[in-house]
Amino acid sequence: MNPFDYRRAEDAAGAAAMVADNPAAAFLGGGTNLVDHMKLGVAAPEVLVDITHLPMDEVEALPEGGVRIGANVRNSDLAAHPLIRRRYPVLSQALLSGASGQLRNLATTAGNLLQRTRCVYFQDTSTPCNKREPGTGCSALEGYQRYHAILGASPDCVAVHPSDMAVALTALDAQVVVQDAATERRVPIARLHRLPGEAPEHDTVLNHGDLITAVELPDMPMAVHARYRKVRDRASFAFALVSVAAAMSLGADGSVSDVRIALGGVAHKPWRALRAEEALRDGPATEERFAAAARAELAEARPLPGNTFKVALARSAITATLRQVHAEARGGDGHGGPGGHGEEQR
Amino acid sequence: MSTTSERPAARTGAIGAGPRRVEGPAKVAGTAAYAYEYRAADAAYLAPVQATIARGRVAAVDTAAAEAAEGVLAVLWHGNAPRLRTDAELPGLQQPGELHVLQSAEVHYRGQPVAAVVAETFEAAQHAAALVTLTYEQLPHDAEFSAGRTDLATPKEDHRQGDVKAAEGEVVVDQTYTTPMQHNNPMEPHSTMARWDGEAITLHESTQGAHMVRETVAELLGLEQGRVRVVAPYVGGGFGSKGPLHAPTVLAVLGARAVPHRSVKLAATRRQMFSLVGYRSPTVQRVRLRADAQGRLSGIDVTATVQSARLGDFIEEAAGPAKSMYAAPNRRMGHRAARLDVPVPTWMRAPGECPGMFGPEVAMDELAVACGLDPIEARVRNEPERDPATGKPFSTRNLIACLREGADRFGWADRPAEPGARREGEWLVGTGVAASFYPVVPPVGGSRALVRHAGDGRYVVSLAAADIGTGAWTALTQVAADVLGVPLEHVEVRLGDSALPLASLAGGSTGMMSWGSTVHAAATAFRRLHGDDPAPGAEAAADLPEVAHRDDYAMHAYGAQFAEVRVNTDTGEIRVPRLLGVFAAGRIVNARTARSQFVGGMTMGLSMALHEESVLDARFGHVVNADFAEYHIAANADVADIQAHWIDEHDPLVNPLGAKGIGEIGIVGTAAAVANAAYHATGVRVRRVPLRLDDFLDAVGA
Ligand SMILES: Cc1cc2nc3c(=O)[nH]c(=O)nc-3n(C[C@H](O)[C@H](O)[C@H](O)COP(=O)(O)OP(=O)(O)OC[C@H]3O[C@@H](n4cnc5c(N)ncnc54)[C@H](O)[C@@H]3O)c2cc1C
Ligand code: SF4
Repeated sequence: MNPFDYRRAEDAAGAAAMVADNPAAAFLGGGTNLVDHMKLGVAAPEVLVDITHLPMDEVEALPEGGVRIGANVRNSDLAAHPLIRRRYPVLSQALLSGASGQLRNLATTAGNLLQRTRCVYFQDTSTPCNKREPGTGCSALEGYQRYHAILGASPDCVAVHPSDMAVALTALDAQVVVQDAATERRVPIARLHRLPGEAPEHDTVLNHGDLITAVELPDMPMAVHARYRKVRDRASFAFALVSVAAAMSLGADGSVSDVRIALGGVAHKPWRALRAEEALRDGPATEERFAAAARAELAEARPLPGNTFKVALARSAITATLRQVHAEARGGDGHGGPGGHGEEQR
Repeated sequence: MSTTSERPAARTGAIGAGPRRVEGPAKVAGTAAYAYEYRAADAAYLAPVQATIARGRVAAVDTAAAEAAEGVLAVLWHGNAPRLRTDAELPGLQQPGELHVLQSAEVHYRGQPVAAVVAETFEAAQHAAALVTLTYEQLPHDAEFSAGRTDLATPKEDHRQGDVKAAEGEVVVDQTYTTPMQHNNPMEPHSTMARWDGEAITLHESTQGAHMVRETVAELLGLEQGRVRVVAPYVGGGFGSKGPLHAPTVLAVLGARAVPHRSVKLAATRRQMFSLVGYRSPTVQRVRLRADAQGRLSGIDVTATVQSARLGDFIEEAAGPAKSMYAAPNRRMGHRAARLDVPVPTWMRAPGECPGMFGPEVAMDELAVACGLDPIEARVRNEPERDPATGKPFSTRNLIACLREGADRFGWADRPAEPGARREGEWLVGTGVAASFYPVVPPVGGSRALVRHAGDGRYVVSLAAADIGTGAWTALTQVAADVLGVPLEHVEVRLGDSALPLASLAGGSTGMMSWGSTVHAAATAFRRLHGDDPAPGAEAAADLPEVAHRDDYAMHAYGAQFAEVRVNTDTGEIRVPRLLGVFAAGRIVNARTARSQFVGGMTMGLSMALHEESVLDARFGHVVNADFAEYHIAANADVADIQAHWIDEHDPLVNPLGAKGIGEIGIVGTAAAVANAAYHATGVRVRRVPLRLDDFLDAVGA
């Protein structure tokens, strides 16, 4: 680990300025990702600007119906918050499926969003990696690929974004509140993370020095029935091979009136499954249509030799999660009525 | 006064009871210090610099920046490191090539230490290590393990009986089974605190044998053994990899040489655990069984291809257990080795038996299916009368008793014969069984114990044995108390210091057999010499007693493991809600610590079945999933109901205590039981561990 300076910012704009002014400065949240990277030599900031004492640690209901989550709210606190558990249980589930109790106690909302890929080569400074050192090559292209992308990758990088929380936030249409030295702006979560393209060194659209101050969730009644399903190699304390966050609302006739689907473990960003949503909306809620929607989303999947199974896995996980949220939505909304094969628990 | 030679072994009933660990409170309170934890006012810290090529030479080392960094005391490399006696004859279990650290420019494996920094703080050492610049002359390396290679070596002549090619019978199982490279990861990583004072060195060491370390270090340094002291009273697990020495210990010794009178500390980081302290070789097992329609074997043929290193040969004897498990007139067992540019493999819990009971025990399940037999019955039909490998009678063999009792306890009778028959909600449910086996191996090295009367009926028992978490502190206290006929609290055992009498290595599950027998002998001798009312200061010592019938009998421990497996119909995810093992391992000295050993072994077996796999990227030559987020070990949520039972086995032939080893047998067979249960749940036969959800996706229709 390199020697580094440690500073505390006075306020959000000041923190943003401190980092913006120094290309070798970084914000310090819980440190569970950044400090690991410093130990591994993956990151070598000269200045850490600690922001954890800034007053960004509240979860509050917004007047127009949504909820605002401060950037410093710890993952454990967010998962346990009554507003979240009641109105956005999918977010609680996603958080609780991630990491371990100890890590969640430290990890912050912003830090979780901006955690970097777990690609083993990215974390190993003795191997080439375009994301860590642009232009050196991608070791994963012919290497260990079990946890790599099947959607939206490029020849320069096939890594995935590892966050569970971000997948739920993507299904919930969250907005990310960003402060730079001068102004505040809002970035829709679906546009925060990038696909790798030719510049895999950039995970997000943020500029150096942009500080995330909050995440806002819109009012979304159907989120009450949303669910998170995480498929992994170990029963706990493992990153997703594939994960699905889904919400559904049903019309009076039992058909799908609205739906949100996001996927984790499949792409360089939390993957909003717009094609699947499109295929489902305004039609009957049947097992066939759930499966067809999953197929539609994965039509463009380009698996790697080491992760071909993830296409079938994602398809099945999407279908199963839709089946589950459909059952929840029917129960919750009190819509009886025939649901086709959707009501069968396979 | 009675003559002690006739004294019944169980005088107080302490042997066989289940007292709590004598060192338990100290461990819970954190006062049982591990090697790295000793407080030293003069501590310095060592950080290794590891090669980033797998083969070649170090052409140049630039240490200027590192030497200039704050807090740096010394930077060592092959040009300035103290010389070791590279021609010294080391104890047989050591890999000299691995231990000749910083003695030449050669690089034999990626991750090899090529320099080291000693500094005032851990952080300063780590930082300066990153400032050492190395230039290499790189040579092409070969780290591609495969059974299809044309250059495989045959390390030993194959074991042959009858003519396996001529074996007859209409049923054939001919399959290939594989187990992966795995890394030993005890909670306490390999650690050393080394300090030179004049021409003498003291090592606080995380080891399975203080005397073995002393002898090896003395040889490497050309010192008399009396000038090397090794202290290791508490060790946080070893699983075999702390049996032989590895490079970090030698680095600490060299580093400490550079800063006399300072205590140089080195604990391997988790990442370094994946390159510096050995590993379990991957295996590819070609198993061919031939049997008649009733499932009676006529031929058993096992070839295990394993990975070894050009730097030193270590053969994971995975074809070994098949030599003596089941009867068959025609048999052949052999090993082939790929010698690669990789670190040297080492012992990992039940080396040989653990991977070597995967292939054959899944093959036995396949044989049962092919013959339409219950898998327990298939094993019963092939029970040998004498040890197939040697023709000797068994001292005791209770495999069938374990299978039967396990079947009862597990509820095996309700099992549907057909696979894929049981479904509960979104889970396919199946059960499976496999046998466990572990030989009674001769201890590595001799042992001697000293019993002293401290006055007031209190006794001190000393020998240098290493308790690596197994419970030796407690069990040896019990043995001594029982033979001396005093309460446990009146016996103080002293362990883990080369200044104490010689003790064999904690390896091969031999602790109770060797140290237990030795303490038994010393306590017996004490009473014989000094009677029941000894003077304060009275002493008696004894050496490890000879086992009279060692060569006349085949001596092994056995077990049966049962698993329930659930496979998710949406995702193929695999869960193991239930594992049950029944073991026949001689006399159980401490029921509590023995259960912990069995359950611990089975848990590690479960971890092998579902998780553990080191991914060696042959392009680079190193393991790329080298941390606990990526190298999965079973987490709490994976471990549900694990039960261990044992049958009351009396075997007076194995040793005076009647104890066989229990430290390793628990891991043997678990993975096969899980794979067999997964087949029963789904109808999919997976012949490779770890079992993964992708293996079942097709079957569940995903
Ligand atoms: C063993 C292990 C297992 C894990 N398993 C999972 C898992 O299963 N699922 C999962 O989702 N995650 C998992 N994680 C990752 C964990 O969730 C992240 O480490 C954590 O969320 C990061 O949060 P932090 O506050 O500690 O971030 P930090 O490490 O402090 O920061 C991460 C990054 O965000 C930047 N940053 C922090 N705050 C701000 C801000 N306000 N504005 C702008 N930039 C900021 C930092 O500069 C840094 O670049 C695991 C981690 C470990 C170590
Ligand atoms: S996949 Fe991306 S992160 Fe991984 S090695 Fe390639 S470039 Fe680096």
